[in-house]
Amino acid sequence: MNDLISTVDWSRAQFALTAMYHWLFVPLTLGLAVIVAVMETIYYRTRSERWLAITKFWMTLFGVNFAIGVATGIILEFEFGSNWSNYSWFVGDIFGAPLAIEGILAFFMEATFVAVMFFGWKKVSAGFHLTATWLTAIGATLSALWILVANAWMQYPVGMEFDPAQMRNVMDDFWAVAFSPVAVHKFIHTVFSGWILAGIFVLGVSAWFLYKKRNPELAIRSIKVGGWVGAIGMLITLWSGDNSAVDVARVQPMKLAAMEGLYDGKCGQELVGIAMLNPDKQPGDDLDPYLFDISIPKGLSLLATHSLNGFVPGINDLIDGIELTESGDTIHTVSYAERIAMGRQAHEALRTYDAAMAAGDTAAMSAAAADLKANYQYFGYGYLSSPEDAVPPIGLTFYAFRLMVCIGGLLVLVIAVMLFSAYRRQGWLDKKWLLWVAMLSIPLVYVCSQAGWVTAEVGRQPWIIQDLMPVQAAISAIPTATVILTFCLFALIFTGFLAAEIGIMLRQISKGSKMDYESLKD
Amino acid sequence: MSAQSTAKTSPRRVRSFLSRVADLYVDGFRSMKSTGRTLWLLIILKAILLFAVMKLFFFPDLLKRDYSTDAERAQAVRTSLTR
Repeated sequence: MNDLISTVDWSRAQFALTAMYHWLFVPLTLGLAVIVAVMETIYYRTRSERWLAITKFWMTLFGVNFAIGVATGIILEFEFGSNWSNYSWFVGDIFGAPLAIEGILAFFMEATFVAVMFFGWKKVSAGFHLTATWLTAIGATLSALWILVANAWMQYPVGMEFDPAQMRNVMDDFWAVAFSPVAVHKFIHTVFSGWILAGIFVLGVSAWFLYKKRNPELAIRSIKVGGWVGAIGMLITLWSGDNSAVDVARVQPMKLAAMEGLYDGKCGQELVGIAMLNPDKQPGDDLDPYLFDISIPKGLSLLATHSLNGFVPGINDLIDGIELTESGDTIHTVSYAERIAMGRQAHEALRTYDAAMAAGDTAAMSAAAADLKANYQYFGYGYLSSPEDAVPPIGLTFYAFRLMVCIGGLLVLVIAVMLFSAYRRQGWLDKKWLLWVAMLSIPLVYVCSQAGWVTAEVGRQPWIIQDLMPVQAAISAIPTATVILTFCLFALIFTGFLAAEIGIMLRQISKGSKMDYESLKD
Repeated sequence: MSAQSTAKTSPRRVRSFLSRVADLYVDGFRSMKSTGRTLWLLIILKAILLFAVMKLFFFPDLLKRDYSTDAERAQAVRTSLTR
């Protein structure tokens, strides 16, 4: 049992490490592809050699990131088959179909059009080249769509029916899977956060040009394009973030409670702005959840329900199965103890089904399948020992969410000030502190982006598939030592690749800053 | 006559298109500078590490490796999930 727990923890750590490494490359690819496409569009319209040089400079950085980042996600698929074989089989074609579409799109669109982008400058017409650049950006975005659809299904499993004979969830409504509100909002939130990241990357690199007083016009033009793409990304990310909060409140209320460190909810619930959690607080006790807090009255109710007096359940309310109406009446929902009982009943039905199948008793199989179906929505709870097992790590979820929001707020200011400076107050762009802020925003935007994923993924623990499968049921029976070895190997190899990327990227940035830009015709 | 001419030209057009696509890649790789070559070297190195080392030795698909039919795999998962 201890070995299993250790295998689960190491496999989770390995998956987290792999996903976080993958996510270092993906958002820059998503956003920089669009920025480069906008720059090339300006070149196409103006035929200015300077815009061509700007386009090629950022395209080179896009290429470095694309090349080093390519296939980092493949390792996640390897892990599904080796570390998470129960999960991998259980999700069936629901996960397989979107990933297959992603593979085909990624291969045909990105690989084809990236080649035209880099090799085709003198081989194809300017119009065709521009089309290839835009199609690369669209291809990258569509690839992300299918991965995010698969991820959204794990958070909100819809459009399928469980078949006990195949032991798989069989997709019966592709459109429900592809266009569930969780998938749509997750896709928009994630892709446009890539626009913010790339916008900040462009602002930061351009700030370095200005700091070094090299090719300032190239830097200012880049700030204008990167800043606008970042600003649009920021607005859409804020809007989709608001919609995501409503989704989380509806389909993953325990995650929302963890994000807020909320144990006992109420109508007109305040939103915690800044707070320190009480580390001794446990579900069901009388301790104050915060050592201190500054909260916005009714803020969480507004965020989660779009109503000032909407009820937001806390961890204890969810465990006890209690909700309030806006008029204060109590509604009893399904408590976690009842869910555990129903989950165990579903397991028992599956065992009965298994025995009936071995005996060839079709009538008993049908009866067991019906019993299983009736309790299947809480199948995963059958693996939990107590209701408290369904509570995610509060501290990590709570602080990661605040980190994302606080850095995001700072980045709004950075984008706004840099854009305003580029258009109206170019003198400000001589101020070293401002340039330093823009440069330091590059690591910050990566922290922000990773913190968003930590909130989303840690907040849904213990579920690998919401309500249906906890992580301990998803794991393969493999030795912990193997997982530790592959964890270390992966960390070593990919840190090497990351160092290589940063090295090549810095060389290209330095080279770009020294290009003979001023002599080019505008 | 017209149908005959289309039948003759279509394969030629396809060949010409494929040859232009091949030229794009061949010329592109030939004219690549040191950064491009380094990146391709890293991509090849990564592919070897991922597919020839990690996938082969460390990340087998357990259900595919240990069972030969889908029914056996389903049974293995059912047993594992109802233990």
